[in-house]
Amino acid sequence: MKKIHIILLVLVAGTIAFLVSFLQKTTTYDSINTAMSKPGKYVHLMARWDASEPMEYDAIKNPNHLVFTAVDTLGNKVKVVYSNPKPENFEKSERLVLMGQYEAEKGVFVCKTIQTKCPSKYKEGQEYKDENTTEPAQSTTTAPQSKPNNALVYTAVAK
Amino acid sequence: MDYIGENLLPGQIGHFLIVLSFVASIVATLSYYMSVKTAQLGQGTVLAFTNPDSVAWKKLARYSFIIQFLSIVTIFALLFYMVFNHMFEYHYVWKHSSRSLEMKYLLACIWEGQEGSTLLWTFWHSVLGLVLIRKGKEWEAPVMTVISFTQILLAAMLLGVYVFGYRLGINPFLLLRDSGVLDNAPALHMNFDATQPLKQDFMLSIKDGNDLNPLLQNYWMVIHPPVLFLGFASTLVPFAFALSGLWFKKKDQWINASLPWTLFSVAVFGIGIMMGAAWAYESLNFGGYWAWDPVENASLVPWLILVAGLHTLLIYKHSGYSLRTTYLFFLLGFIFVWYSTFLTKSGILGETSVHAFTDTGLNVQLFLSIYVFVWMAPIAAAKTFNEKVMLALAGTILGLGAYFLSVPGLPMFAILGGVVAMVVYINKLIPTVKKEEDVSSREFWMFIGSLVFFLSALVITVITSLPVFNSLFDLKQAQPENVEFLYNQIHVLVAVVIALLTAIGQYLKYKKTSRAFLFKKLGVPTIIAAIMATLVLTFGNINYTKEGMGFLIQIWIAIAASIYAIVANAAYIWVGIKGNMKMSGGSISHVGFGMVLLGILLSSGKKEILSYNTSGIHIDFGKDSTQKSGENLTLVKGVPMQMGGYDVTYIGDSAHPKKSLNYFLIDFKNKKSGEEFRLTPNSFINYKNNEGLMSNPSSRHYLTHDVFTYISAMADPEKNKDTARFVDYNRAIGDTIFYSKGYILVENVVATNNLPMANVSKDDSAILATLNIHAQTGSRYTTDLLLLKDTKGNIRSNQDTLMAESLVMELRNWQNGKATIGVKESNSVLEWITLKAYKFPFINILWAGIILTAIGLFISMFYRISQNKRNKLQKVA
Repeated sequence: MKKIHIILLVLVAGTIAFLVSFLQKTTTYDSINTAMSKPGKYVHLMARWDASEPMEYDAIKNPNHLVFTAVDTLGNKVKVVYSNPKPENFEKSERLVLMGQYEAEKGVFVCKTIQTKCPSKYKEGQEYKDENTTEPAQSTTTAPQSKPNNALVYTAVAK
Repeated sequence: MDYIGENLLPGQIGHFLIVLSFVASIVATLSYYMSVKTAQLGQGTVLAFTNPDSVAWKKLARYSFIIQFLSIVTIFALLFYMVFNHMFEYHYVWKHSSRSLEMKYLLACIWEGQEGSTLLWTFWHSVLGLVLIRKGKEWEAPVMTVISFTQILLAAMLLGVYVFGYRLGINPFLLLRDSGVLDNAPALHMNFDATQPLKQDFMLSIKDGNDLNPLLQNYWMVIHPPVLFLGFASTLVPFAFALSGLWFKKKDQWINASLPWTLFSVAVFGIGIMMGAAWAYESLNFGGYWAWDPVENASLVPWLILVAGLHTLLIYKHSGYSLRTTYLFFLLGFIFVWYSTFLTKSGILGETSVHAFTDTGLNVQLFLSIYVFVWMAPIAAAKTFNEKVMLALAGTILGLGAYFLSVPGLPMFAILGGVVAMVVYINKLIPTVKKEEDVSSREFWMFIGSLVFFLSALVITVITSLPVFNSLFDLKQAQPENVEFLYNQIHVLVAVVIALLTAIGQYLKYKKTSRAFLFKKLGVPTIIAAIMATLVLTFGNINYTKEGMGFLIQIWIAIAASIYAIVANAAYIWVGIKGNMKMSGGSISHVGFGMVLLGILLSSGKKEILSYNTSGIHIDFGKDSTQKSGENLTLVKGVPMQMGGYDVTYIGDSAHPKKSLNYFLIDFKNKKSGEEFRLTPNSFINYKNNEGLMSNPSSRHYLTHDVFTYISAMADPEKNKDTARFVDYNRAIGDTIFYSKGYILVENVVATNNLPMANVSKDDSAILATLNIHAQTGSRYTTDLLLLKDTKGNIRSNQDTLMAESLVMELRNWQNGKATIGVKESNSVLEWITLKAYKFPFINILWAGIILTAIGLFISMFYRISQNKRNKLQKVA
């Protein structure tokens, strides 16, 4: 066996070992129930914001503290704490992917990253709608320069 | 039915040209193929194309290819014409442009979509094809067969026709009314019923398009995609050379011809990728230049493989080893370009990447393209016709199985089967080199370096492909908790190995190096590098402790190694090649690469967050919590805050004249040096159909570091509707008014006239109240409230707002020695933004390193081209 083959074998073995360890580190997509059943374990929680429960966020006091209640498709709820500014379009999201872990002693889901699922940035699946069928999208406009008031409003439909 | 306001001609011409380019590519492929078949196999060079049949076929092929090229250029021109004239009857124009889009982005919006980017890719293939027609000599016919064939597959992605109910490609000239986006808009249909046909004048309601995504409205969008796609396209040339080599069993004659092309590809592709990184750094807010995003990774992987291939090619050229690996790397490099296209265009990354496209139904087509390219290699390499047929059959059966049987993972195994066949047939064709490489030889270590690059590419591929595995095996695995660290962890090791090999590699000789020679030449650079590294590590204060001490030590070692790479290669220009600049390409690009590594390590290892939350209420996360105080800071308009070593004040904002784009003016004052500067990060707010905030950062550049900021949240005035009311207080001079956070002292009230102000006449009387505000925090403010009474008895009063205390005050009246003062406390008067700010040190080393690497590669390219010419002349003589 050539020396180069030995080195090759070592490198390939190292790579495989690393990839195996990667596969063991992969996490799972969970519902609230299953996430709560494994406290302390990092999961991707699929849920959405429960608008009927109070949300705690005051950007002036602390922009890094968001507390809200998430509800999943099974109707289970959990309180979520997130230490970053509230994502834009949070309220508009129809689905949230909450990455973090459930902490049993505090009874909250501590979330590191939130992925909002709403109007695709990349604009596929976009539809044209006229104003009879959409809620006025301009109601939340914060721009001092409002858009020219077209009779028509475009919204994206998330798929 | 004819619709009003539609101009159908450009679209019809455009679609005709797409079909024409498709057909012309087929003709070019077949003719080039026939030209090769009818040529006679020569001895010295590859083929003798002097046979009249072969010449005739080649001529036809050339014409077809040129027609194909002209079609694509015209398609581009047509699309530009349509965008320029706002022809929103075309779906592509409607979707990617708008009337307010600036001139400079009109071209950029063409490559925003899938169709446009495919067009860009196929355009570069055509250009490279034209160069090969001129310069390819005896390699023209075989290499162009492969290129023309690739053009067929790409043109098929633009066809937009239905074959057996399956849609082949997406036509960029699709009409808006055929695209389906109007199907849910009853107002545009007859009788306001979406199931009825469209109104004849529906175009009257389509006033504007959807515009180029605001995040992409950036000059990088104008230059990055063309360069990146030239990089993608250029990988086809080494692939085509390697495939031709297998085809003719002329194992290695293509090596010299393909070397300049490979150097070109590595340079342009590398620049393209790093332009994307610079763009991300400058104008997107994922907080840096590289986020290990799947789409970034997907373009990095083929580049890594190509770099590996470039080095194994050089090994073969000088020592006769590594020909098999060179074949494998060149073939796989291009195949991974297609895989990267698959990942970005198939929509499979949807969940994990911020910049992938969504599914448009091209998956099967993309998969088939990859599949064909993989199986092409073993078929070309097989020696007998029977073997070729057997391989083609095996490939077809596996492919059909993968499509029709829903066996988990079968598509992947079918492709891997092709790769295995590829390796087997390359090995059959190319004999093993029996003699072992010497451990002191350059080729030995160069090979290890190439291998490390290749393995790094594989690791990135596997991690990035997790969503693909999920879909193949019906799994539901998600990325690990800290996937970035996972990438960094392995790549710090890669950086150490590569930097060390880069440092010593050039000092080793091919075949064998004597120890004395090595010590003599490498001694001084090593000592210099050791001193420099010690200085940097001692005084550089590199303390990235987030991932623990072990990782920090690895970073230190990698920094030392990359300094070694820079010093040793710079020294080699004088020690090794005696300052011969023509030959210095390798050394220069290695110095550059060392700087890239150093820049990455320093900027990430020393990246500091400046915007730690120092305001407001501290949140106690509990004793055991690893949470730090927040990384974002809220700035209230007009109130200076401390951030890092700066006093930072949000001054105000200014709006873009045409778009809902806001620039925030933020003043920085360095507390030590007193230096002042202003940053203007901007945000799009609820732009077109993009809800919420889209922020572009702003940075202050210094030689040694950048201050980098972006807006992470801002007040929404509509939401904080002002519900607070004024409360009136009657107070005499010297009295106080209490509010929730302090008290207001009425210091003085005077009546005056003759105010030197505009809009105030002499006869108007004015009352001026001076108030002192004492806040709980100890701050004091003074404000003057003005009340004007004109002769007709009209009263005017100016409200005064004290942002810091969220107070609004107004003088209502002044009678009998008592002033009526209205006071309102309201959060909504606050204008605030939440800012995230970083300090990125030594980022310039990275950018300079990239430029240097590219310069070095281009120098090498020209050197190799002139070398090839010289060799040819010598042969003729």
